[in-house]
Amino acid sequence: MTDTAIAAAALGKRFGRRGGWALRECTFRLPAGRVCAVVGPNGAGKSTLLALAAGLLAPSEGTVTVLGTTPGEARARVGFVGQDKPLYPQLTVAETLRMGADLNPGHWDAATGERIVAAGELNPKSRIRTLSGGQRTRVALALALAKRPELLLLDEPMADLDPLARHELMGVLMARAAEHGTTIVMSSHVVAELEDSCDHLLLVGGGRVRLSGEIDDLLAAHARVSAPAETDLTPHTVVESRTTGRQLTALIRPAGPLPGDWRTGGRLSLEELVLAHLRSPEAPALAPADTDKPEENAA
Amino acid sequence: MVEYRIDRHSGVATYVQIVQQTKQALRLGLLEPGDKLPTAREVVEATAINPNTVLKAYRELEREGLVEARRGLGTFVRRTLGTAPADSPLHGELDTWAAKAREAGMAREDVAALFTAVLEKHFQGDSS
Repeated sequence: MTDTAIAAAALGKRFGRRGGWALRECTFRLPAGRVCAVVGPNGAGKSTLLALAAGLLAPSEGTVTVLGTTPGEARARVGFVGQDKPLYPQLTVAETLRMGADLNPGHWDAATGERIVAAGELNPKSRIRTLSGGQRTRVALALALAKRPELLLLDEPMADLDPLARHELMGVLMARAAEHGTTIVMSSHVVAELEDSCDHLLLVGGGRVRLSGEIDDLLAAHARVSAPAETDLTPHTVVESRTTGRQLTALIRPAGPLPGDWRTGGRLSLEELVLAHLRSPEAPALAPADTDKPEENAA
Repeated sequence: MVEYRIDRHSGVATYVQIVQQTKQALRLGLLEPGDKLPTAREVVEATAINPNTVLKAYRELEREGLVEARRGLGTFVRRTLGTAPADSPLHGELDTWAAKAREAGMAREDVAALFTAVLEKHFQGDSS
């Protein structure tokens, strides 16, 4: 097994020869065993990135490596749940699971699939087309997890689930990560819903990677400070700053110790960090050198 | 067995909440030496938090000598915290004192303020 789940180098995708770039110059590395949030506004390129990693799209430039090989070769070891949850509408729930078993000989975990479906009180005899959006999501996740993937790619998995199902299925995903060290990548434009579940972040904006790394490292690299108006913030990198009356508040990346008369805010939340970067598209990208922690995931 | 409750809006880091709740259970005698903490899998399945957060909390508890990880078996309580479980004489005295304070017509906030002030006086400089 490789220690890198996904590695992208100058990855880009454009739709049509004259179309705009959906994604460009994306370079990042996601270590195996992480739970990674792919965050960004609508149209940022999140779905394109996941589809490239799943091998459903071919890059226009650059490369993406998945589990040490090409996305196509890795496909049997990857579970993908797209935003549109492609399932056969005329099949029943039970038939859908049986189809999953047939398509994944040798690595199908029928019990897991059935447990996830049963927790949603779905009738195995119901046809997919009669299910609600949230129920379809549940079946799609059951299929993806029963495949025992090393890497799970989930595009907006929680969008149409009710709060109870969201909490339960997120718990199922976290249990999978704890027990098997499964790498999970999930996208959302709601940061708060991912904050407690993810330990790695990929912030995509305007088709580029803005932030990439361990969430703890990213938070530690930033500080919210207040100082008298017109304070010179150099040499620190300023992500955003605002002056209200006599006070200046800013989110910065400290380049060294801060002057004693600057007040620093309390704990920075992931949501604050993400929003500040989205409000300031000109802020430079950041990817702290990934420090691989070897001991993780011993449940 | 403890069950952790995570408050997303408390402003306290999630792993710190697990550390604090474990210590609280140790103080109240809900956890005793030899007891097993829930596995990371059990905690994350119930709370939907990241597994590394649980492991980080357990490492912190281990560093403080409160629990030990036994390979392949789980994480176990090594020692208890504090010397005042629910049935100790100190608990009884405090209980009597609180009843007296109430009889004297003190409001809940007054009692809490008084208790905190005395606590500050006797435990100045100690961290919790």
